[in-house]
Amino acid sequence: MTTVLSVERLALSRGGRLVVSDVAFRIESGEALLVTGPNGAGKSTLLRALAGLLRPSSGTIRLVGPQIDPDDPPGLYAHYVGHADALKSALTARENLAFWGAALGRARTADPVDALQRVGLPHVADIPAGWLSAGQKRRVSLGRLFVAARPVWILDEPATALDKASQSRLADAMAEHRASGGLVVAATHAPLGLEDAHELRLGEAP
Amino acid sequence: MKAALLALLIREFRLANRIGGGAAMGVVFFLILVTIVPFSIGPDLNLLSRIGPAILWIAALLATLLGLDRLFQSDQEDGSLDALRMGEAPLELVVATKCVAHWAATCLPLVIVAPLFGLMLAMDAPALAGVTATLLAGTPALTFLGAIGAALTATLRRGGLLTAILILPLAIPVLIFGVSASAAATGGTVPFATPFLILVALSLAAAALAPFAAAAALRAMSD
Repeated sequence: MTTVLSVERLALSRGGRLVVSDVAFRIESGEALLVTGPNGAGKSTLLRALAGLLRPSSGTIRLVGPQIDPDDPPGLYAHYVGHADALKSALTARENLAFWGAALGRARTADPVDALQRVGLPHVADIPAGWLSAGQKRRVSLGRLFVAARPVWILDEPATALDKASQSRLADAMAEHRASGGLVVAATHAPLGLEDAHELRLGEAP
Repeated sequence: MKAALLALLIREFRLANRIGGGAAMGVVFFLILVTIVPFSIGPDLNLLSRIGPAILWIAALLATLLGLDRLFQSDQEDGSLDALRMGEAPLELVVATKCVAHWAATCLPLVIVAPLFGLMLAMDAPALAGVTATLLAGTPALTFLGAIGAALTATLRRGGLLTAILILPLAIPVLIFGVSASAAATGGTVPFATPFLILVALSLAAAALAPFAAAAALRAMSD
């Protein structure tokens, strides 16, 4: 049984202006979709819609799979890592991730320290997130992917501010996630190390 | 889902305590407001004790507004709100949980110190008891109504004043019944229970309805 994310005739608008129209794709377990295009082409808008944070003007987003209740919104089975890190600067990295584990985890949630290990930052566990550098914040934010198991990863420019070692760690994590039956949708300008990913090119901004 | 909401409650308490001194800030603001009034109206003890409950109520109302505009704004800015919307718990319950945490961190300390500050306004024992009871029953309504304003202004950079302008008219019924119940506690023709029960009803209605309104506002704002 595979998990399938399919999008048909999707049109999205922001502030009454049509940003993305007639988008369609279909990816299943183990596959990845790379969303590319110039600035303002609607990459982030598309990802927000996939995450269920933006209502489509028309078209459908459907996620079907063995452990997925078709009545639930697809966003409930997805991780969305956007431009903002969703970290509270007054809380430590461990507290931040422990909270997201509880808030996002369906059945099994990993230990926040294990998640920090995955992003190579076990030593910052007890440091307030506000003291971390931009790259470190990004990595702690990506740690959210590991504290709660969700089949779809929606990543908006995940490699921003990451150093080389962290980029390859992220690539490994994405490969592992796909190998275990997960899906990855990423918007990017820089190469992410996603092997044989489908590409969706969004056009020039109108 | 219970675990998610409990974790949210704990997070909100931690944040309230670590940022801006938490409860202490609201209490000090409350104290300053209560202290200013005798200076402005003069040392007439009879007058002070007569308008004491009203002063405490207005001070509590303003102290409740303190920090309320940040209720959703900070989560909106740092992206937490997006992730919360994708969580296990429905947004309505997330809003309600945040309101409960805000009430416990900001309003409950005000209720606790109200009898103490009432002494500064020359209020007698029945009046102190009355105003404390009405604040306990009425401040949840202020928090929940405030959440609607906070949700509507979550995406605005300078939403603080707008939040106050949106909320204060809605708070008028709460203020009327809060002060009249406090006044009834010291005597008069109206029994204490009559305005007090209406105040309780306002709080319960706000707690039941405001999370839906605030959640709808948050969803609409992010579209």
